[in-house]
Amino acid sequence: MFGIRPTPEGEKLLQLGVGVALFLAVVGGLLIVVDRGPDLVAWIGRKLRGGKDPVRRKPAREFWGAMAFLLPAGLLLTVGLLVPMGRTTVLSLRDRFDDEWVGLENYIWMFTQGDILIVLRNTLIWVIVAPFLVTAIGLIYAVLVDRAKFEWFAKSLIFMPMAISFVGASIIWKFVYEVRPEGSDQIGLLNQVVVWLGGTPRNWLVMRTGALNTLLLIVILVWIYVGFAMVVLSAAIKAIPMDIIEAARMDGTNAWQMFWKVTLPSIRPAVIVVVVTVSIATLKLFDIVRTMTGGNFGTSVIANEMYTQALGSAQQPGRGSALAVVLFLFVLPIALYQIRELRRRREEVR
Amino acid sequence: MRTNKRAAIRGIAVASGLALALTACTTDEPDEGTETPDDAACEAYSDYQGHDGTTVSIYTPITDVEAEAYERSWDEFEACTGITIAWEGNDQFEEQVPVRAQGGNPPDIIFAPQPGLIELLHQGGYIVPAPDEVRALVDQYWVEGWSDYATFDGVFYGAPMSANLKSLVWYSPSYFAENNFEIPETWDELLALTDEIAATGIKPWCAGIESDAATGWPATDWVEDVFLRLHGTEAYQQWIDHDIPFTDPMVAEAFEMVGEILKNEDYVNGGLGDVSTIATTAFQDGGLPILNGDCALHRQASFYGAQWGEATVAEDGDVFAFYLPVIDPDAPAPALGGGEFVVAFSDRPEVQAVQTYLATPEYATARAEEGAWASANNGVPLDTYTDPVFRLVAETMTNPEAAFAFDASDLMPSEVNQTYLPQITEWILGQDTETTLQNIENAWP
Repeated sequence: MFGIRPTPEGEKLLQLGVGVALFLAVVGGLLIVVDRGPDLVAWIGRKLRGGKDPVRRKPAREFWGAMAFLLPAGLLLTVGLLVPMGRTTVLSLRDRFDDEWVGLENYIWMFTQGDILIVLRNTLIWVIVAPFLVTAIGLIYAVLVDRAKFEWFAKSLIFMPMAISFVGASIIWKFVYEVRPEGSDQIGLLNQVVVWLGGTPRNWLVMRTGALNTLLLIVILVWIYVGFAMVVLSAAIKAIPMDIIEAARMDGTNAWQMFWKVTLPSIRPAVIVVVVTVSIATLKLFDIVRTMTGGNFGTSVIANEMYTQALGSAQQPGRGSALAVVLFLFVLPIALYQIRELRRRREEVR
Repeated sequence: MRTNKRAAIRGIAVASGLALALTACTTDEPDEGTETPDDAACEAYSDYQGHDGTTVSIYTPITDVEAEAYERSWDEFEACTGITIAWEGNDQFEEQVPVRAQGGNPPDIIFAPQPGLIELLHQGGYIVPAPDEVRALVDQYWVEGWSDYATFDGVFYGAPMSANLKSLVWYSPSYFAENNFEIPETWDELLALTDEIAATGIKPWCAGIESDAATGWPATDWVEDVFLRLHGTEAYQQWIDHDIPFTDPMVAEAFEMVGEILKNEDYVNGGLGDVSTIATTAFQDGGLPILNGDCALHRQASFYGAQWGEATVAEDGDVFAFYLPVIDPDAPAPALGGGEFVVAFSDRPEVQAVQTYLATPEYATARAEEGAWASANNGVPLDTYTDPVFRLVAETMTNPEAAFAFDASDLMPSEVNQTYLPQITEWILGQDTETTLQNIENAWP
């Protein structure tokens, strides 16, 4: 163009810019749809009704005041989050040494490798089972402990694991799952219980039939996060207005109906917060898998595999980036759902 | 009143905060010897003067007790030359080095145990060739061939650091004496001994291959030792160079022979459980059941000597090692071994000074005196090695006649190694040999 030949660096910068712009366009477009969609629908509704839409433009001063706060954060987000996102997407379409475009080859590799399919399967298991277990156990515990004697003590007990890092928790549970030969003293809690119940000790971490070892790793995440779920849900339960509960009691509901028909619907926003938070944490999960099994024995998840491919001695940044993009696609629906819920709640308040 | 109290508290908080911040600014005083560069003891380091106040960072996978020994070994060097050597030991080494190199934040020097990794860094252009003095030292003090391991495309990158011998089986001399067991001289005798021990009720062999991101490497040592004994050093070189595919029947034969022991529920895993515990037991713990009689034999490299703790390592002590027997008594006895190489990312003069010093026999002797270490540097007097196992290592490594073979998986390209390790772990857990070899073969670039 204009007879100027771009330098290799210039070419790369151009590619990077294109990637970033594309990415911004897609994400921006999605966010605009989510943000302005309801307004558009309302506007159409008003037009159909023949009314005038109210003035929604903000005074200029307020706008620039808001920008002053948003711009620095926005800049950091762009540099630290959006630019790397763009670069990763670009990298996923290139070969290992970042020399040439290979199109969707890395993605095809991902879906044709048995190992990687297991990684994807494991990630799905994590994202379905973990948030469900965390929320369910947290909720049941919160309901049971509500207004009980020594409530504060019960809550502290279950909340304490939150203070431990994932790696620390993994080391603790590694000992729990530890195995010793049959006949000698067991040092792992799980195997000791199994022996007391008359069974044989097993090497739990390598048992991959029925994804048992993955489920055992999920137990660790549940153990850490159930405190968080319980605290949030307990606060929500306590926030249910007393009149609703009394009205329900006067109507003669039993405890079971109370839970399903009164408590649960009232705390729905809190439940959603918990589920979304834990889902995103689960998808990002790396430390537990890394520390417990190193990703071996069929327990690897996307974040772990992504690290091994891109940054480990596999030296396949293209494949690692492809995995990162797939991970992002997994997270996207959850994040969008959360935005939609927040949006809806904001409008309820207004 | 309240505002005064609050002001006082605020004042104390600010003052203590400042004090804490100031403590971060003070530098550590070196607490080593009070030698100055003029002392007579520092005469030996006159070649390395002129870099006072500089720092050289060394990054290795070595941690814990071994690392402390290294740090002590160059105390005198640091005191006399004024160069500070900053040690970083990290067992994520193999993964972190390429990351740091690409990120533009490499250490100054690394002790790289895999020539395959060095090749990767060479291809990326991250490392610098070693100074000529180092090359001269290697040519003078090492058996021919050692300089080739860190040479790629004709560029020589670094001298060897330590040397370890892998063809060893650790055992308990007292246990053997009590039961009148003989040290086997051939593979058949080894298997017969295995059966004898199994008959006494314990599982004769113990092993652990877990090692974080490098889980599986002790099993590759098993395969390499057996391959050498079955097929000799020439076929071994063909295997490394990929002149024969990984799926070659020779390789399969070696795997199957290892499987006769390592995948046999009657023979493993002494004191630790069933076969699958091999994959979940850390390699450092793999041989420890020997100490309480739950296991009799542990095939592991000489550096395992550092794991025995208080136990005495001697021919009549708590533990000792015998040479892993040959299969064919007429073929030369191969010595499988490994070592690290001192490779630099920078050519700053102080880095070069350190690199040169580490290649000298004086340094090697100083390090050998700290114990649990051996070098293939023939300038180190053999009497320096007080531990008989490490002395054996040094004797073997400095002997030009020995049929020495460097660890094959360390010489293969690092992307192969990356698949080889998890695949051999799966193989231990029950995956068949054919699938395992095919998967590894598919990873060759």
